[in-house]
Amino acid sequence: MNTLAEPPSQQFHSDANRSSTDAPRRAAVRRALSNYQTARNRTGATFTDWKSARASAATIKHEALNHLDRYLEEFEQKFTARGGQVYWASDSKQARDYILELAKKNNVRAIVKSKAMTGEEIHLNQALLAEGYGVVESDLGEYIQQLKGEPPYHFVFPCMHLRRDEISDLFHRELGTAKTDNPEELTMIARRVLRRAYVEADMGISGGNFIVADTGMISITENEGNARLTVGLPKIHVALIGIEKVVPRLADLALFLPMLATAGTGQHMTGYNSMYGGPRQTGEIDGPEEFHVVFLDNHRTRLLADPEQRDALHCIRCGACLNVCPIFKNIGGHSYGTTYQGPIGSVITPHFRGLEDWKHLSGASSLCGACTETCPVGIDIHHHLLHNRRNAAAQKPAKGEQLLWKAFSFLMKRPSLYRFAMKFAPLGGLLHPLVQGTPMDPVAGWTGSRDFPAAPLGSFRERFRAHNAAKQSAAHTGGAR
Amino acid sequence: MISHQGDREAILGRVKEALREPAPLKHPAERSAGGEPTTAHFREWLPPVGAAIEERLDLFRKLSETLRSELIACASVREAAAEIASLASAGGWKTLALHQGELVDALLPLLPASLTILPLQSGYDKDQLEACDAGLTECDLLVAQTGSVCVTSKNSGGRVLSVLPPHHIVIARTGQLVTDLTEAYQSLAAKYRDGYPSMISFITGPSRTGDIERILVLGAHGPKRLTILLLP
Repeated sequence: MNTLAEPPSQQFHSDANRSSTDAPRRAAVRRALSNYQTARNRTGATFTDWKSARASAATIKHEALNHLDRYLEEFEQKFTARGGQVYWASDSKQARDYILELAKKNNVRAIVKSKAMTGEEIHLNQALLAEGYGVVESDLGEYIQQLKGEPPYHFVFPCMHLRRDEISDLFHRELGTAKTDNPEELTMIARRVLRRAYVEADMGISGGNFIVADTGMISITENEGNARLTVGLPKIHVALIGIEKVVPRLADLALFLPMLATAGTGQHMTGYNSMYGGPRQTGEIDGPEEFHVVFLDNHRTRLLADPEQRDALHCIRCGACLNVCPIFKNIGGHSYGTTYQGPIGSVITPHFRGLEDWKHLSGASSLCGACTETCPVGIDIHHHLLHNRRNAAAQKPAKGEQLLWKAFSFLMKRPSLYRFAMKFAPLGGLLHPLVQGTPMDPVAGWTGSRDFPAAPLGSFRERFRAHNAAKQSAAHTGGAR
Repeated sequence: MISHQGDREAILGRVKEALREPAPLKHPAERSAGGEPTTAHFREWLPPVGAAIEERLDLFRKLSETLRSELIACASVREAAAEIASLASAGGWKTLALHQGELVDALLPLLPASLTILPLQSGYDKDQLEACDAGLTECDLLVAQTGSVCVTSKNSGGRVLSVLPPHHIVIARTGQLVTDLTEAYQSLAAKYRDGYPSMISFITGPSRTGDIERILVLGAHGPKRLTILLLP
């Protein structure tokens, strides 16, 4: 896990090494994802034209992001006209302070929260708990992770890495419930506990999947109904949402909701897709008295300022790129040490938290392009990983590597020197066993888990020359007969 | 003390500054006019529905089955009341929560006398509603393409009647079935020209989760069962 003493790249390497040799965990993750792939393919095939739908989604997001200021202001105007309040937070601290202030001002005693990755991003729960506010995660996966004291493993499937017996043990330990290996019984345990949380809470905190500009609404997608209850029963609703989540029109959701469901879980439509435009209105019997939307920048504008990678902000957090990523499947979600795991997380984290500290994630890719292929809003994810590599190299050139390339190019331009140098290759092969496995081994990164091939005694050029000579002499002999 | 708008000007300033250089459009939508796709095209790309009412009904029926919603065709309000009575006796219900509305009002006198009715008129006690065995609501629309029931805070007894009790019964007319989400949004826009309700929710099947080993479990937090009583 992420410890303060260790730089992110070292933590990444040690966690990735450990996770990739944890065969049972990898098997569990693979099993969970194999069902996803089948469902997604089946649902995707029902679309008349998935490619055009995807191009259209990309175009709509491009329009939204490239006029972001206009759409945010349009949302604000429509939303406040109906009694909502908008708070603009530049960074995590500002967002946390505002929510804490709201809790204080309203004498809030209990808080219930539905799934919000922005909450993870700003470490909201820790801040609320530190000030003495009880906060309960209501999404089943998030609730399990909260009990376990672990961040989500995957930003759509928070506890996909856990087996039922581990969850049963956790509930037994934390809630005192009887052990069971039945997922339904485990779900019902959480249901019973959390029902009280909705009824007793006086503040509900949610995230948001879409900011709808033309009607001033926040759209929330979920399967369990926990978000419906979180923003339905308490007297204050706070939605913490990244500024990039804009769509221009309510009608755009007719495209985005089915695409989010298909790409995210392989469903035609997620269980509950709800649009909230303001607090309780005149004539309505329930709903919160106050509805606050907290717009979170937290370095999103830094990514926005890069036209080459601006489309990384199109992301609708469906999680499809994680589900198909060979690296994610091998190293798992926690190794990344980021709020947003997998390929898209590796693209955006260096922008949010600093390229120098997080550039190692650009290498956490086989560049197979499965992420780009599967993305429902057409983000060129694996190209952006290459862009990040290039930018990191330009920002802080790797001196040793540069020297090596210079030497290589010097050698390659001088054939006679190259031929001379090649004569020493077998010598290197002979000497290598003396240093193999020691810090002096020049190819230690390779030989740690693989054999290094021995250099042949003759070069290809020598063999080629010998082969040609043999053929020619054979031809001469043949002609003489 | 915190300014009630926070860093509004600073953030908008950074956004405007960031957008001075335009980003290339990498995936231009093919059939868009003037570079901006219109929502009218969505229909050509999304799963097909069929134009006739029978086709729409067939698809809605098929999807309901997949989603594990229970769709029951009722010839009359009387028949719908009988369905509720049999669900109530099978489920051992004591209390049914409901709201006022044209269809519910017609049903109310026909419901079994043994059921305690909790009408949500101007408000309710949260604990009392939580303890109900079922919630009966009307809806705004049904969507054929997705098998969804569209409820709003205005027409379905507020925000939580359709999600807090363990069994949600929807009473609807066949005429409320629209083709797809595009038509649903058009219809909502026309209906609520003077102001949308504070909540619009597309409910697609009973509450569900796959958080434990990706195994489907119904009734995670919301209703374990969703019954749609469909009148002509």
